[in-house]
Amino acid sequence: MSEEKTIQERKVVIPGETLATGMEYLPGHGTHRVNEEIRASWLGLSEYNGSVIKVIPLKGAYIPREGDRVIGVIADVSYSSWDVNVFGPANAMLGIGDASRSYIELGEDLTRYYDIGDYIYAEVSKVSKSMFIKINMKDKMFRKLNTGLTVKISPVKVPRIIGKKGSMVNLLKEETGCTFIVGQNGIVWIKGETRQQELLALKAIKYVENNAHMSGLTDTMKEKIKEWKQNE
Amino acid sequence: MSKSIRPDGRKVDEMREAKIELGVIPNANGSAKFTMGKTVAIAAVYGPRELHPRRNQIADKGLLRCNYDLMSFSVSERKRPGPSRRDKELSLVIANALSSLVFLDKFPKQVIDVFVEIPQADAGTRCAGICAASLALADAGIPMRGLTGSVSAGALGETVVIDLDKEEEDWEAGATDMPVTYCPKTNLITSLQLDGEISKKNFFNALELAIGKAKELTDMQEKALKENYKGGSEE
Amino acid sequence: MKEYIKLIGAEGLRIDGRKLDDYREVKIETGVSAKAEGSAIVSIGNSKVIAGVKMEVGEPFSDTPDEGGLMVGVEQALIASAKWEAGPPSDEMIEIARTVDRGIRESKMVDFTKLCVTKGELVWRILIDIYPLNYDGNIIDASSLAAVAALLNARFPKLDGKKVVYGEATDKKLPINKIPLTTTFVKIGDAVMVDPNDDEEELMDSRLSISTTGKDSINALQKSGPGGFTPDEVKDMIEKSFKIRKVLEKAVGVKSA
Repeated sequence: MSEEKTIQERKVVIPGETLATGMEYLPGHGTHRVNEEIRASWLGLSEYNGSVIKVIPLKGAYIPREGDRVIGVIADVSYSSWDVNVFGPANAMLGIGDASRSYIELGEDLTRYYDIGDYIYAEVSKVSKSMFIKINMKDKMFRKLNTGLTVKISPVKVPRIIGKKGSMVNLLKEETGCTFIVGQNGIVWIKGETRQQELLALKAIKYVENNAHMSGLTDTMKEKIKEWKQNE
Repeated sequence: MSKSIRPDGRKVDEMREAKIELGVIPNANGSAKFTMGKTVAIAAVYGPRELHPRRNQIADKGLLRCNYDLMSFSVSERKRPGPSRRDKELSLVIANALSSLVFLDKFPKQVIDVFVEIPQADAGTRCAGICAASLALADAGIPMRGLTGSVSAGALGETVVIDLDKEEEDWEAGATDMPVTYCPKTNLITSLQLDGEISKKNFFNALELAIGKAKELTDMQEKALKENYKGGSEE
Repeated sequence: MKEYIKLIGAEGLRIDGRKLDDYREVKIETGVSAKAEGSAIVSIGNSKVIAGVKMEVGEPFSDTPDEGGLMVGVEQALIASAKWEAGPPSDEMIEIARTVDRGIRESKMVDFTKLCVTKGELVWRILIDIYPLNYDGNIIDASSLAAVAALLNARFPKLDGKKVVYGEATDKKLPINKIPLTTTFVKIGDAVMVDPNDDEEELMDSRLSISTTGKDSINALQKSGPGGFTPDEVKDMIEKSFKIRKVLEKAVGVKSA
């Protein structure tokens, strides 16, 4: 019920658009205050949560935040760290002490663990004001992603791919039979038992991305995937 | 004043027909095509991305760069490809017109690259380019204070007019051309140039006319951006 | 430094003791280069530039068979500042050069039809080059003023048939209609100040150069820098530039139009 209400309040707003006037309102993510007005900072969907107003971006580059789980590609290997492309404003650094649950000794050939071109699943542990990004793979869920298919989507669509409490990604898992890892940075990893399953999952992801602003999308997806499977 | 002193019959305060198309350069983070009469401008935004070389990075905020290019076949007499001095000046003028719109402090050490290409020129190219860039920046999801409108005001003799086309710019008796960029949300004039001769009174009239039209142009941009996402959020 | 300048700017003060509307002392010396057809050195405070006029003859452009021409260039002279680097001119320098050029050329200061020797065959072309000698801000006003002073100082060289005899000047002045004079303002924070020095120009958010040709006509404008001006600020600067014009007219030795 409450989900309905919030969706109804969502309107497409443009940068600079006045969302509310009055000091009782608070500027949330994607908004800024000018005197008494709360204005949108980017093109997106306005959302009112009590007195906090935010704007969900419709588009945008990835801005890393501490705690984000991302999928990156090893860009370079040096003596005690890896340089990782996380498809954001700068590459991230994976230090030798953060790279694995097992201990890596200085002087070891680091390419034995992760080599240039390898995809890895990691967590953003630090983002400094000057965009120095550190990532960490110590937890057992973080690993090198060997097989499977990766696709880049717009990072702002990630919440839609995941869905409320995982509703969308769980649906995709069920209907396609694939495993998914969705990186906050817009990289999605898909692994199925067959190539057909993986390509079906890819098609579904792309569909969600292009129709993210539509309501009732979860139900639509269920139908769509069934349709595609029938037509194969 | 004779009924229509303007060659194409427009009223003195009438802009040429404007058309907007979004997403024309899919590889870019945001893009738009803005047409004003016979002038066509395409703008594409890449970024924010890391700024190279490193020594040009600004520690506490981002940089907005523009590259304005008049294509060789866009004008009657072919222009040699490559940046002319005029292209370089306009690149700077356009970057300066857009910089204060963007929250650059959110992108330390990064750059937002704005590319403006003119495939067809009939005067007012920098204004059309700036309008296209305003749309492209919004389309790219860049955090901004607001949209911006740009149009040239001016005078044909003693008559103040808006949006001069090429025929008017070349008017034998002498025309004054004044491109203006204005952002309603910040109330700032971010580009102002004048070429010709104009009295103080006519200048103030022309400036007011330009500011009013700039507001109209931002309304047009707003409509186009929202229509692009129709069919989803209203259900 | 910027925060300090902003702070005192809010109180109407500037780093060199001037008030926001104070223009530095202007000094002009003409006839400083014997080989030039006309020349001048202009100082605005410590900002110093030298301008030289060279004249040549040639064929007119096909669409203006009875008109000569004029071109103004501003060079990036490394001698003037420790901050400038060798290499092709920066975009900022190109913008400055083109602004100065437009201010003079588009003002109809020189009557091009009076530069015609033989219609369709031979016309005079005036080439003005300006070199900064010491940079302390406001190259635009200094350059414009130097160009004007050099043009007023210039005399037609002797013409022998179709050849210019350099070194033999006539006493014929150039056909000058009106005098364009430029006033430049910068905005730092919320304060708008006239005639910026080096520090102020480096820290400016926006800059506006206004060229006038008489007590009620504006012939060129160029806004520069990443910031912006409110419409009221623009109107105010226009009014002030007409006031300052009187000071500049005096310096260059012309009567108020």
